[in-house]
Amino acid sequence: MSALATASISQEVTPDLANKLLYYMVMMRELEDRIELKLYRQGKILGGCYTGRGQEAIPTGSAILSRPDDYVCPSHRDMAAFLIRGMTPREILAQYLGRVSGPTGGRDGNMHMGCARRRILPIISSIGASIPVASGIALSMKYRDEPNIVFNYWGDGATSRGDWHEGINFATVQKLPIVYLCNNNLFAYSTPLDKQMAVENVADRAPAYNMPAEIVDGNDVLAVHAATARAVKHARNGDGPYLIECKTFRIGGHSAHDSADYVPDGMREEWSKKDPILRLQKEMVDREWASEQDFKQLRQGILDEISEAVDWALEQPYPDPATLEDNVYEVI
Amino acid sequence: MALTTYLEAIREGLLEEMRRDESVFVMGEDVGAYGGAFKVTKGFIEEFGERRVIDTPLSESAIVGAGTGAAINGLRPVLEMQFADFMACGFDQITNFAAKCRYRWGASVPMVIRAPSGGGIHGGPFHSQNPEMPYVHTPGLKVVQPATAYDAKGLIKAAVRDNDPVIFLEHKNLYRSIKEELPRHDYVVPLGLAAVSREGTDLSIITYGWMVHVALKAAETLAAENIDIEVVDLRTLMPLDRETILASVKKTSKAILLHEDTLTGGLGGELAGIISEHAFEYLDGPLVRIAGADTPVPFSPPLEEAFLPNADKVVEKARWLHRY
Ligand SMILES: Cc1ncc(C[n+]2csc(CCOP(=O)(O)OP(=O)(O)O)c2C)c(N)n1
Repeated sequence: MSALATASISQEVTPDLANKLLYYMVMMRELEDRIELKLYRQGKILGGCYTGRGQEAIPTGSAILSRPDDYVCPSHRDMAAFLIRGMTPREILAQYLGRVSGPTGGRDGNMHMGCARRRILPIISSIGASIPVASGIALSMKYRDEPNIVFNYWGDGATSRGDWHEGINFATVQKLPIVYLCNNNLFAYSTPLDKQMAVENVADRAPAYNMPAEIVDGNDVLAVHAATARAVKHARNGDGPYLIECKTFRIGGHSAHDSADYVPDGMREEWSKKDPILRLQKEMVDREWASEQDFKQLRQGILDEISEAVDWALEQPYPDPATLEDNVYEVI
Repeated sequence: MALTTYLEAIREGLLEEMRRDESVFVMGEDVGAYGGAFKVTKGFIEEFGERRVIDTPLSESAIVGAGTGAAINGLRPVLEMQFADFMACGFDQITNFAAKCRYRWGASVPMVIRAPSGGGIHGGPFHSQNPEMPYVHTPGLKVVQPATAYDAKGLIKAAVRDNDPVIFLEHKNLYRSIKEELPRHDYVVPLGLAAVSREGTDLSIITYGWMVHVALKAAETLAAENIDIEVVDLRTLMPLDRETILASVKKTSKAILLHEDTLTGGLGGELAGIISEHAFEYLDGPLVRIAGADTPVPFSPPLEEAFLPNADKVVEKARWLHRY
């Protein structure tokens, strides 16, 4: 299933849209749970393991508005963006398992993946580095006079990097078509916001670049969606970059090994009550678009899909060591 | 026919490539109306406009990152670093992203980073360095440094046409100091091929950039003493043309590895490794490295002269090695 926007920039919330949003949020949650809580703990997935648990509304509510020719540059907490762009659970699991059938063929691990065909920039591990790159992709669109835009995702910590400032300054000077989605989850690894920046909001940085910005509840997928629709309109219209700061919280640790003891008591519990999936489901029930039974069914279907994908991925071959030196250069 | 300087040769090569291919554009600090700090892109904005000659903010990391973004999405950026020294400010983008794209996700990055490099111009510690080695040491990057006007034009054209990121080091001291007659026809000098600048039988000097001229000058002096020097100009530092290097050493059985970059960790060590692995039995003497001193590049003329290799130093070492 892949659901990219086709025509309109702003979509009214319909039952169909709500269902799509719910599907991708639940798929992201369950896929990451399977990856982290099962496959990683079972020792089948090696290396680092990062999830966006609790932040699903951000990539979902925004990437759903991307068109096929747009470019999406996700952060490491944006699994739904990969799914929405058409990357399958099978491919994603093969990536995590280091198999040849994953998008990097085993050359990179976990969510450090991308896909040129689907116009997904692979995660650049150096936090903040995607921002100048997003500027360049947007520049190439403007260069060819295309109507396409770039969706660039990053966290609060990224805004402390020089690359963030260089990339955004470049983009605003050149008026490039970019929608920035900041997931402000209050921590960068263990570092809380007040040790990261002297301003209260990431959006407070925007006026220095003469860039419009808005702050939304990042756990409300419909709010993210509505804000993104405004941003997309702005960017596609040739009016330059637009920043959306999504206030949220990282429910898990920084990565699977991190118990996140630095999170103050009660904070996780408090934020768990604002779970974006439960929130959308409540909204759908209130509007009488769906019932608990429907949600159960949706989740079961997703769990089955994931199980099938895990079985498939585990059967995929590892890359052949003889290919180690292939593709460092096109020709040498 | 008019003689073309090394700088003009790069300029002409770029102009030709921009006229040939609409996807080629230049981007950097002051490259527009000003024409670049060294005037390599002088007049470009008049011909191609602001769309293809982009003046950027003072942001090396953004220049490289945006160049890479444009390259993965189908354009062929030629980026100008005002001085090679400041490439360090874009180091992460170059080494951690651009260089790894093909390997990680099969994406081509047809991008050239032009960087005025090297000393001998009284530039001091921040405007004289030869920062090639971190890039030579980054798989996925190609590193080029022409020594002649002919090669400067042919190599910049080949670099623009290449589908991998190329670090194109231009020696500032050669920009206006050397000139030659260039062919009128469209030509390229393939990346990855060294050239024998002077044939000889007694001793090989393997070098690149400005030092090619230093080696040739030393060879003249030594010729008068009946020491017949062969000079190999590497032209491309990564990937190295092992065949030409080894053929020369096997012929002469003695080699000096000469570069302006500092000694420790410089290319000379790598060349010595290649030669000892593949031509050890052919050697009739130790491999001798001559290089910049292991210091920052100092400003004051007597200090900079002491830092730099020169023909006298090469002659002296060559005599010693010849006698060995
Ligand atoms: C340049 C750089 N420094 C350090 C790291 C290690 N690191 C990975 S993620 C991270 C925190 C990122 O915080 P933020 O940008 O807020 O994103 P979040 O993980 O909170 O979503 C750190 C320090 C890195 N990947 N890159």
